[in-house]
Amino acid sequence: MPPFIELRELEYSYPLDGGGQVAALRGIDLTIERGEFIALVGPNGSGKSTLVRHLNGLLLPTKGQVRVEGLLTSNPRNLWAIRQRVGMVFQNPDNQIVASTVEEDVAFGPENAALPPDEIRRRVDEALATVGLVEYRTHPPQMLSGGQRQLLAIAGVLATRPACIVFDEPASMLDPANRRQVLDTIRQLNSEGLTIVLITQAMEEATAARRVLVMHEGRVAMDGPPVQVFEHDAQLRDWGLDLPTAVEIAHHLRERGWQLPQGLLTVEQLARALC
Amino acid sequence: MLIHVENLSHTYIPGTPLARVALHGVSLKVGPSERVGVVGRTGSGKSTLVQHIAGLLMPTEGRVLIDGVPVHERTTVARAARQRVGLAFQYPEDQIFEQTVFREVAFGPRNLGLNKTEIAERVRWALGMVRLDPAMESRSPFTLSGGEMRRAALASILAMRPEALILDEPTAGLDPRGRRGLLARVRTWQVETGAILILVSHNLDELARIVERVIVLDRGLVVADGPVRQVLSNGALLSAAGLDVPQSVTLLRALHDAGWDVRTDRLLPEEAFEEIVRVDAGHATALRALQSVEAR
Repeated sequence: MPPFIELRELEYSYPLDGGGQVAALRGIDLTIERGEFIALVGPNGSGKSTLVRHLNGLLLPTKGQVRVEGLLTSNPRNLWAIRQRVGMVFQNPDNQIVASTVEEDVAFGPENAALPPDEIRRRVDEALATVGLVEYRTHPPQMLSGGQRQLLAIAGVLATRPACIVFDEPASMLDPANRRQVLDTIRQLNSEGLTIVLITQAMEEATAARRVLVMHEGRVAMDGPPVQVFEHDAQLRDWGLDLPTAVEIAHHLRERGWQLPQGLLTVEQLARALC
Repeated sequence: MLIHVENLSHTYIPGTPLARVALHGVSLKVGPSERVGVVGRTGSGKSTLVQHIAGLLMPTEGRVLIDGVPVHERTTVARAARQRVGLAFQYPEDQIFEQTVFREVAFGPRNLGLNKTEIAERVRWALGMVRLDPAMESRSPFTLSGGEMRRAALASILAMRPEALILDEPTAGLDPRGRRGLLARVRTWQVETGAILILVSHNLDELARIVERVIVLDRGLVVADGPVRQVLSNGALLSAAGLDVPQSVTLLRALHDAGWDVRTDRLLPEEAFEEIVRVDAGHATALRALQSVEAR
């Protein structure tokens, strides 16, 4: 069986208005297996959004290849099948909400796939139950809060039954409670076998993933479990990234000669290590 | 400038089954040079409140006064008062509409009746404040990245040189360095000009670094209004309002509960670190004193 998603020597340049181009991705080799939970971090302009837009053929490589279950994204005949496997949730949910009631919005994907009505019904109900919006079924989306609209966007993608969902900063506009709800939903989906790629600027969120990719200037500059990646604190800071609070404090304490165990990612873990 | 919110209530689509009360008799004052944070869960009324201060909504009850002028009235003085307040929206694409970045940022100054030289000077200055490359002036704002679009939207507000600057989640989508740099420059400008800065944000770190006073809204009511350290270290208050406690406070509280003599109102990682070192040093001194007493 081919790897789930495979990027080979991927390069991408954006065309500029007045001619010329800007290199956004400069040679990326990456394999994503089924069931992974990947956090993608990096400064603005490092190529995070450009990279994920290649995973379902929203962008096509200038050079190199992207395959999803062996299917090349550059072949237009594959796009339908690829997009059924890889769904996307964007930062601003209003950009992907299309219908005038919550359930119609969730039904949009399955309807386009020409599924029978009872199957559409089943998928809509399941998706709404997963994100906890069943009671708002008949509401117009604009009456939902920002967090609820983001959950609706997730439900709309879920109803198409993808194998992977890519989240492009899904929680950066949300309040803490909604953010937690969205992240808990993401974690739950992953535990049910869905592959997750999560772009985030909040390093605390990245600690939830099993694999962290750090992008810098169009390349994947680091790739590993969170504990390992956050050990490179000086490098990360140099690239303008934050560290999780616990990692930062533990780092300063170690510099002053404190003996602390490795692998402290949360303030709860740090508190236990200190006490 | 003095902003006076008087018993302000707002109901969206009143008289229908979908009517929703967003603000419930809110009263507060913000004076010159103040830097104020507004926090609260989604739907708590934050965005409604700041849109009222900018004179963009009609109050259901109550009013907002800018130096004594009710801002929602259809008078020349009210219009002049509204022009002194700049609001950058939560979603930058909600306010961007021009064909080029230059025209977008120049729109406000042009409406103020400035001449060409002054307009160009203000556009340069505002783009510099948000660190947008002057080469982008001729690009369509809709071709910019999310972070760049946000900077352009903010520049268009700054170019008005408002006496009260309101930023509604100004840094969502910006990376940590971009975020810190932008807010530091806005803060410097604010200190120099004595403008009011109102920051609506879920980012507690950001608030701890920038504002001095925090207002907590919950279900359309002001449930707290006080110094930033005091409000953001009050776990009970924050969780009742559906908000998080800063990570540093969580850490210090856990240490405090374990018997450490730490202050729990240190909001930033570097402050928490210093506090841990301070208490540990005190601890070590006390231990040494105790050992020397025992030795004798």
